[in-house]
Amino acid sequence: MEFIELRHIYKVYKNGVSALADVNLTIKKGEFVFIIGESGSGKSTLTKLLYREERPNRGEVLVGGVNVSKLRNGNVYKLRRKIGVVFQDFKLLPKLTVYENVAYPLETYGMSRGEIREKVLAALDRVGLKERMHSFPNELSGGEQQRVGLARAIVNEPKLIICDEPTGDLDPKLSREVMDFIEKINQELGSTIIMATHDKEIVNRMKKRVICLHDGVLISDKEAGGYIENEDN
Amino acid sequence: MKIIRIVRKSIKDAFKSIIRNFSLSIASVSCIAITLIIVAVALIASYNVNNITKKIEGVLEIVVFVDRDATESNISDVKDDINKIGNVDSSKTIYHSKEELATQLRQEDANMALILDTLDDNPLQSSYVVTVKDVTKISETAEEIENIRYVTSVRYGENLVNRLLNVFGILRNGCVIAVIALIVVTAFLVGNTIKITIFSRRQEIQIMRLVGTSNTVIKLPFLVEGFVLGVIGGLIAVGISLFAYYFLFDFTNGVLFTNLAPLVAPGSISFDTTIILLVIGGLVGMFGSIMSTKKYLKI
Repeated sequence: MEFIELRHIYKVYKNGVSALADVNLTIKKGEFVFIIGESGSGKSTLTKLLYREERPNRGEVLVGGVNVSKLRNGNVYKLRRKIGVVFQDFKLLPKLTVYENVAYPLETYGMSRGEIREKVLAALDRVGLKERMHSFPNELSGGEQQRVGLARAIVNEPKLIICDEPTGDLDPKLSREVMDFIEKINQELGSTIIMATHDKEIVNRMKKRVICLHDGVLISDKEAGGYIENEDN
Repeated sequence: MKIIRIVRKSIKDAFKSIIRNFSLSIASVSCIAITLIIVAVALIASYNVNNITKKIEGVLEIVVFVDRDATESNISDVKDDINKIGNVDSSKTIYHSKEELATQLRQEDANMALILDTLDDNPLQSSYVVTVKDVTKISETAEEIENIRYVTSVRYGENLVNRLLNVFGILRNGCVIAVIALIVVTAFLVGNTIKITIFSRRQEIQIMRLVGTSNTVIKLPFLVEGFVLGVIGGLIAVGISLFAYYFLFDFTNGVLFTNLAPLVAPGSISFDTTIILLVIGGLVGMFGSIMSTKKYLKI
């Protein structure tokens, strides 16, 4: 069974901008998928549909069999607990330590301190930042900050991890470092990973499935394809 | 356990933001305190009005004047007729003969004695002092007595009491309107404080939404904050108003101008007043907070 299914998705923003037009897509459990395209091609919109930050005007978004677009506002949080999201700007709280930042979602779920500690340490271990858990975000490099963001995304062991340009603010060396951790998590935890990016170097190196959007239309979907190839189409 | 942890975190967050936005918190708390002091004044006043009204009603009597030409037996008939009326407390009906009254007047005032001496006849009328069981029906009872044979007139302090009650009524309505207006203003001010808190915590709120924090958990700290601001305002109002009332009670020796208007002992109303003020404070705070979270917390 498909883990994620998008059926005839149309999205037009209130200001009249058409972000997606008739997008159809299926993703299997445990897959690692790149979504590429220029700025304004609709990659961010597509990822936002998955965690119900946006709703399509038409069509259905199914995540793990749940019709996400029909989810009531009061129930969205249940979906988001099963999805980890990594952002370009990390979205860490500057006044909290690394440990507190990763623990933050679990605390708001009302988990016990012991349970939180166990999960946070496991997540920090996975991204190799256990030693830095008492540091504050501004004491870390950009790559390390993004790894904290990644640890926070995986702390509740989600089935799906969505990365919205996670390496957009990082130089190539730090990008590679973050990508290595993301790939490791995909293999070790078996989480499905969907990553929106326009970092050609990463896409070409990783040899994963690549979905290309252009002006809101899905123009290609290739197994282990590269960025450059898609541009040639 | 989960709920306790969430509530504990909300309380912690609420106090943190009260301290973080200290000047604004102070503004809200003062506004709540001022409103509640006025509520307290109205409340204490109404306790006293009720008390004084009861006291005045207790001493309210009908004086029944009997015809000067009535014979002894006529006078005694009048008494029987009066006591037959249902609303009359017959055990308390007192008779004053005109001779008795004359003697009393002579004793009280030497000039009066001279005047009475110059007159051949005693100009005074014998009278009954009648106590009623239900003061609100005093007019009807007085009318009934007036219709009894040999009764020339009746007197009672109805006008005074009615006027007093009217004034008290107007005062009370005025207080109610002022308090409602102030409560609305206060709720808006609390709402504004919460709005600032929401803005200062928008990054946290955004992250909470994205990581799957339930809406209730996101809203709870703001509700707690409004409630705490309200209760702190309430405590200040309780302190000031009860202290002032204790002082007034001491200063006036427990009576207002005359012994007819005793003040209610502060001890007997402190508890009720405290509870009422704290409850109103807490509710107004939460109401302001709910308004703001509805308007500014897009979740």
